[in-house]
Amino acid sequence: MSAVSSLRTAAAVTTAKVTAVVSRRLGFGGGTALPGLVADAVSPGLAIRLAARLGHGSVLITGTNGKTTTARLARNIAQAAGYWPVHNHSGSNLMRGITACLVEATDARGQLTQPDRRLGVFEVDEATLPEAAEALSPRVVAFTNLFRDQLDRYGEVDSVAAVWRQALATLPSSITVVLNADDPSVAGLADACRGPVLFYAVSDASCAVYEIEHAADARWCPACGREYSYSAVFYGHVGHWVCPGCGRARPAADVQAIKVEQSPDHPLRLALSTPSGEIDLSLPLIGLYNAYNALAAVGVGLALGVPADAIRTGAASFTAAFGRQERMTVRGREVQTILAKNPAGLNQVLRAISAEEGTKNLLFLLNDDIADGRDISWIWDVDFEMLAGQATLVLASGRRAADMALRLKYADIGAHPVIEEDTESALEMALALTPEGERLYVVPTYTAMLKVRKLLARWGRRPPFWEED
Amino acid sequence: MEADLRLAHLYPKLMNLYGDRGNILCLRRRCQQRGIALTVDELELGDTLDPNAYDLIFMGGAQDREQRRVAEDLLETKAEALHQAVAEGVVLLAVCGGYQLLGRYYRPAAGEELAGVGIFDAWTEHPGADVKRFIGNVVVRWQGGTLVGFENHGGRTYLEPGARPLATVISGFGNNGRDGSEGAMQGENAFGTYLHGSLLPKNPRFADHLIAQALKRRHSEVALSPLDDALEERAHAEAVGLAKKKLGFLRR
Repeated sequence: MSAVSSLRTAAAVTTAKVTAVVSRRLGFGGGTALPGLVADAVSPGLAIRLAARLGHGSVLITGTNGKTTTARLARNIAQAAGYWPVHNHSGSNLMRGITACLVEATDARGQLTQPDRRLGVFEVDEATLPEAAEALSPRVVAFTNLFRDQLDRYGEVDSVAAVWRQALATLPSSITVVLNADDPSVAGLADACRGPVLFYAVSDASCAVYEIEHAADARWCPACGREYSYSAVFYGHVGHWVCPGCGRARPAADVQAIKVEQSPDHPLRLALSTPSGEIDLSLPLIGLYNAYNALAAVGVGLALGVPADAIRTGAASFTAAFGRQERMTVRGREVQTILAKNPAGLNQVLRAISAEEGTKNLLFLLNDDIADGRDISWIWDVDFEMLAGQATLVLASGRRAADMALRLKYADIGAHPVIEEDTESALEMALALTPEGERLYVVPTYTAMLKVRKLLARWGRRPPFWEED
Repeated sequence: MEADLRLAHLYPKLMNLYGDRGNILCLRRRCQQRGIALTVDELELGDTLDPNAYDLIFMGGAQDREQRRVAEDLLETKAEALHQAVAEGVVLLAVCGGYQLLGRYYRPAAGEELAGVGIFDAWTEHPGADVKRFIGNVVVRWQGGTLVGFENHGGRTYLEPGARPLATVISGFGNNGRDGSEGAMQGENAFGTYLHGSLLPKNPRFADHLIAQALKRRHSEVALSPLDDALEERAHAEAVGLAKKKLGFLRR
């Protein structure tokens, strides 16, 4: 590197670090994105230069749902294998967020500490994948699933798949791609891969549902146009699929969940069959969709060559990410916050809540900021009806509280949902109205989750998210 | 006499992109609460449409890939029946992609022009992949009040003299972002619009307008008992409020 460019890198790193501190001091937030923007302005291409110093390269994880949980678990697995991961744990997954997190891992001169142990574990926004794949020269790229999400921002579901295929086609053949065999849209990406592919799947059909949800997005074979037929549907369009027209079918999986056990108040227990032998995992998460996240993370581990023991140790050290399933006690009530930002995700959340015993106390928060998606029509694609008659307390909050309340009214979840737009007041009310000792489920969209997490952190004495690992 | 209504939902599996299902849920619920038995038949690719079997027909929107298949199927199996049904007063509501395909033609950004069914005397063209889509909250003036929704379309629709606008844009883009028109009406009983959100739950007056018209045709008598629409009206008013805030911001 020339002296000038190295000086420029150092200047950019310093400016970005200062920005992060100032942003936090001024209370703008965690400083998880702004420093990246600033750094890139001072020194364009900073991410490329910093990523090049990661001794073990990087892993990219993308998909509609499950990015944060998968990346977090993959990070733990990598740690257990002796890597020192650089990880955008706050969920800031555009290039600016990844740049910010690389900056944070360097000293003021732009040097990484112990670069030979470093591995980037980055969750990447779906539309950002091409840029991230080019800038970060990954070793492994993993995909979770593809569903309709923020159509106002990404355009149509098909265009996301097209962007991914283009990105994959440009990657060198040395890269391993980890794919969900049960999601036909993701499994189909194998055609675009130039190197090895590792498939993961759930083979335990005992946890299947027998009806395709309204949120299914890949129902037709892109090759011949026939409707897929399913011997088991796990959620949305994810399951054991085959095209009766051309015979395209779910590929054989390298990593399989041969047994999935979920019971109320017990963690998710998985028995996995892998090329490295059987691996049993137990995770503090609810919902079958998290079995897929675990499979994807294990797939990443195997692609990196992590031994089975380290995968077990890494998974055992896993705790849920902020706002994504964590449980905490606040004012004598157990509060479980579960992020839900699109129909497929929210259906899974509702299914998981519905499987818990007793009547429910529910607070839904619907925002329509850019990060949530401006269009809230998607709530009409969600099968809220599965919770009909199950709730004693229902509150709707957020900028589109009235829209959410109307959807809940249609689903007969609660006769008269309480409407309170303001997040803090809604959370106060929900806690006050939830009987002591009972559980309150808080289901926010992305920006609402950030607010909820901040409030709960304060009331429940938890550190703010950017200080959490 | 127990009133009944029969609805044909065209391509619910293919044309279901933006919460269009909410429109069916709304019609079902508002009928049920008034003791009107509403039956819904789902017609997919290859299914024929019996023009005499329905009082209401609904069609939603989809992605380009699905729209191409639907366009072919419409012409092959349903176009004639649709024309006959609409001529006989069956109430038709088509949203977004459904609206486009029931016009005269749709000219995509790339590829061949799609011939439409021609229910609406209107045509649509996509100005090109690089041109901005019309995306955002919409508020339009309709029959002395407002309709609210969300639009997300690349195609621009232009009306010919045979059709008239369903509504006029207060905030948003509407048919083409130029002439202030939103949606189309062909005769008194065919309605096309870009508004989803879903459209009907938050616009109960429009939902009842459709139900009343269908009832009048089938049972000649219409007396729709009022429903408790407090929540519906609130969601509607808040959507109008958001648009006003945005307009105020732009004017400042």
